[in-house]
Amino acid sequence: MTVEVTRTGDGLRLAQLDLFFVELLRQVPVSADPGDSDAARDRIYPVASNDPHAAEANEEWRTYVHPELKQLFTTASETVREDLRTFEELDDSTDSWAFEIPTAHFDQWLNTLNQARLSLAARFEFQEKEMNQSGPRSIETARDLSLFQIHFYGFLQECLLQDLGG
Amino acid sequence: MGNGETTVEKESSTERALDIPWNVVVHNDPVNLMTYVTMVFQRVFGYSKERAQKHMLEVHQLGRSIVWTGVREPAESYVEQLQAYLLLASLEKSQ
Repeated sequence: MTVEVTRTGDGLRLAQLDLFFVELLRQVPVSADPGDSDAARDRIYPVASNDPHAAEANEEWRTYVHPELKQLFTTASETVREDLRTFEELDDSTDSWAFEIPTAHFDQWLNTLNQARLSLAARFEFQEKEMNQSGPRSIETARDLSLFQIHFYGFLQECLLQDLGG
Repeated sequence: MGNGETTVEKESSTERALDIPWNVVVHNDPVNLMTYVTMVFQRVFGYSKERAQKHMLEVHQLGRSIVWTGVREPAESYVEQLQAYLLLASLEKSQ
């Protein structure tokens, strides 16, 4: 499994994608949604203070700050969803697809990739040791697939960050 | 006159309470990339790359880093900005 990543004048081009990677990319905004997972929602929308006496301040944070965060995350996710409509099939005989992330959308992609990685990690309760490994040896379960997604999305983030001078 | 002075004193007392320095703390999580965390510190606080990396390494190695200290209102704004970048950030009273 290989993905070719090149910098173009307008963005970051991913090529030689097979349908597996095309689907992983299409899953970015889907995985970003914490859905019905309390663990994922609590990680994406943390409170302001860990002080047990700060219940009132945290309630205010949920009331005033969380809707702003939700708006920001939703907007970023919608941008990614729109970009994902632009896959090109380069060669139907070799199952090769390409896709370009526009430079102007790098921040929205970084944000949505992070939402997806955090949601998946919280949902499947991945530990630091698993996160530091290079990925699952094989993909046999939903948990293996999610760990692979987290690592692949991290790889994309690294590519975007390199372009941003990180 | 006397009442006015009392009112002023109360306001000062409240202001002092609000002005207790507040720490903006970033906590470790196994998901956020080190390069990403460094970039966020540079963007949010305008820190140099070296200073941003120092805080990032504190987060990674010690589990948390106090990335800013000051009055409450900007501290809250910083926590919100860091959470907008999906860092695990919180506010605490400085000791």
